[in-house]
Amino acid sequence: MIFFWAFVIGGLICVIGQIMFDVFKLSPAHTLTTLVVAGAILDGLGLYEPLIDFAGAGATVPITSFGNSLVHGAMQEAEKHGLIGVITGMFEVTSSGISAAIIFGVIGALIFKPKG
Amino acid sequence: MSNDKKKNLPPQAQEYQAFQSRREVKRPILKNCIKAFLVGGFICLIGQCITTFYIYYFNFTEQTAGNPTTATLIFLTMLLTGFGVYDRIGQFAGAGSAVPVTGFGNAVISAAIEHKTEGFILGIGGSMFKVAGPVITYGVFSAFIVALIKTILIKWGGF
Repeated sequence: MIFFWAFVIGGLICVIGQIMFDVFKLSPAHTLTTLVVAGAILDGLGLYEPLIDFAGAGATVPITSFGNSLVHGAMQEAEKHGLIGVITGMFEVTSSGISAAIIFGVIGALIFKPKG
Repeated sequence: MSNDKKKNLPPQAQEYQAFQSRREVKRPILKNCIKAFLVGGFICLIGQCITTFYIYYFNFTEQTAGNPTTATLIFLTMLLTGFGVYDRIGQFAGAGSAVPVTGFGNAVISAAIEHKTEGFILGIGGSMFKVAGPVITYGVFSAFIVALIKTILIKWGGF
């Protein structure tokens, strides 16, 4: 069942992105930035965690989860160390997305040739 | 363009604006949304399969399996971007391929490949985050604000 909801919720988040592309005529960078900020705010309100429990990868794969896990890492550290934890814990949970992008970006650039 | 700006333009330019908006190709919004839904949903479905795989074979929990899933998806994106397949998917799917984390990976990796000719430091290193940079910048900044408010509320607000 989680496979079905992952498909539906993930698809719906992409439709929101598509509407921002087509109806509000935002560039991809603007759309992604808005979605990340929305994810951070949703997690601040405590709404993103239930969505992950409900939809699994449907909620963790879209870029909104990036904002969610940033807030999550910050809050985890903040509980232990107080206000300074907000800064030190920021990348605690979300490290894999950025590090994977950097690592595979460099490897990809070494292997593949630019086209066109 | 907003109405305030339009008033300041000379009449020819206003006429041209009206002409341009009449002639602009209307975007098939519903069709695009369906495509985005199907492709985006499919990418999340693959993500769910990878998540399930990590939970059963590598003892991750549902909370922690998101991280290796992200890394795996970005690895697959590297292959698809390198062979030029991801661009094709992107043309078809629009936001369906841009919103999942694979779109973020594609933005970084394609920029790295594209700017390879400008050298390793300024080309690959400098241009890698040209498109994806704002996502990280404002993601971190907004997460900071949200976490700060929440921490203050919890510590001193008694929530």
